Amino acid sequence: MGRTDIGVAGLALSLTLVAIAIVISRREQLRLERDMVVSVARSLVQLLIVAAALELIVKDSTPLFWSWLWVAAIVVFAAVTTRRRAPQLPGVLAIALFANGITALAGLGLAFGLGIFPVEGRTVVPVAGMITGNSMKSCVVVAQMLASLVAERRPDIEARLALGLRGVDAARPIVRQALRVAISPQIENTKALGIVFLPGAMTGLILAGVKPVDAVLVQLALMWIILGAVVVTTAATALIGTRRLFTTDERLIPVARSTADE
Amino acid sequence: MPDTLFAFQDVTVAGAGRPRLDAVSVAIPASGITAVAGPSGAGKSTLLRCCNRLEAPASGVVRYRGEDIAAREPLAHRREVGMVFQAPVVFPGTVADNLLVADPGASRERMAAVLLRAALDPQTYLDRDAATLSGGEAQRACLARTLATGPRVLLADEPTSALDEAATAELEQLMRKLADEGFPVLLVTHDEGQLARLADHVVRLAGGHVVDSEEVWRGTD
Repeated sequence: MGRTDIGVAGLALSLTLVAIAIVISRREQLRLERDMVVSVARSLVQLLIVAAALELIVKDSTPLFWSWLWVAAIVVFAAVTTRRRAPQLPGVLAIALFANGITALAGLGLAFGLGIFPVEGRTVVPVAGMITGNSMKSCVVVAQMLASLVAERRPDIEARLALGLRGVDAARPIVRQALRVAISPQIENTKALGIVFLPGAMTGLILAGVKPVDAVLVQLALMWIILGAVVVTTAATALIGTRRLFTTDERLIPVARSTADE
Repeated sequence: MPDTLFAFQDVTVAGAGRPRLDAVSVAIPASGITAVAGPSGAGKSTLLRCCNRLEAPASGVVRYRGEDIAAREPLAHRREVGMVFQAPVVFPGTVADNLLVADPGASRERMAAVLLRAALDPQTYLDRDAATLSGGEAQRACLARTLATGPRVLLADEPTSALDEAATAELEQLMRKLADEGFPVLLVTHDEGQLARLADHVVRLAGGHVVDSEEVWRGTD
């Protein structure tokens, strides 16, 4: 197995591209410099804490309960993030909690049920992170898209309501559009697998000495689980979210235009 | 006063700052064209939207032919009380696709019939991409789409405000024809000329209040 002793100097040098990005941001007045610095600082602090916690969790003597508790925390964090990024969608916290929770459990069930990985502390948390991390991104996009499209295309929805359509039917064209936008990146990622990028799990397994073919099979199973989880989480968020946009007597509630801080 | 179509009893609709309708009580007759007039922000569109339940009052009762509309099944009520909006909203696809949203099982003959009621030639318009229609054509296609649900009442929210003079005249003729066929029309307008040309009854609003409600004498009897 190769050495991974990057050292502080190596870590600092890895910020070269970020430094270039900051220069571009300043020159083009994108005002993203602060966000980039904050994201770098946050990633450093968060991952150091995660590394320390993982050290404890992967120990054979640590009960598996702590790993599952971590998984629950990941799901809650994903839901809170979705709520923070798409507050215009009513009830989005509970919806995202439900959608991410269900798909995390189903994804982990598949990953461990198929024997891709053993059920251990060192596998439960990273696999849950991969599944929920990807699902959360699409969940945020679909929630933001839905709220913003409903605000923007209110006349279209109300014209359909006025024809006697149910709210969910009146909003269907908008829901379809939001779902396509949210899910497409994950589909493109899956299509580009092996051509544009070599995914992390496969690379890690090969570096750890696993035969490339075996590593590829594991990666494929993981990517397909992630793709399925993303689609199910996103669809559940959009479909349940749409119901919350209408009153019981099929009136469209007021929805503020998205002011997401992306 | 002829039979009452809609009766508003102390209806208040909440708004930002002040109510959009403030304890409004008014009766809308069940025949002819009733124009709802008043300045911007008077509550005209809100009153109209209460009639097909796109808005719900915070307090008070709206009755439709004597029945509290809150007790009516909302989707059936909206199909019976059709509405055309200020800006024509055509859906993607052909004019026929638009009509099928309103009446999914409609035959081409039935679609042709509703297009004729809206003064659109079916041979020219049925398979035409709705996105290519002019403003006046689009508004008439929207009227046809509304008629496809088989309504008994037409609500029209400033339907000619975005149209040129010729298209306005065509739509006014259509509304007059519908009213003369016994189809009550409730028309929101801020155009005093249009009001004079069309209205059989006028309800004037200002600041969320009814300031006047009167029959218009047309000198025909």
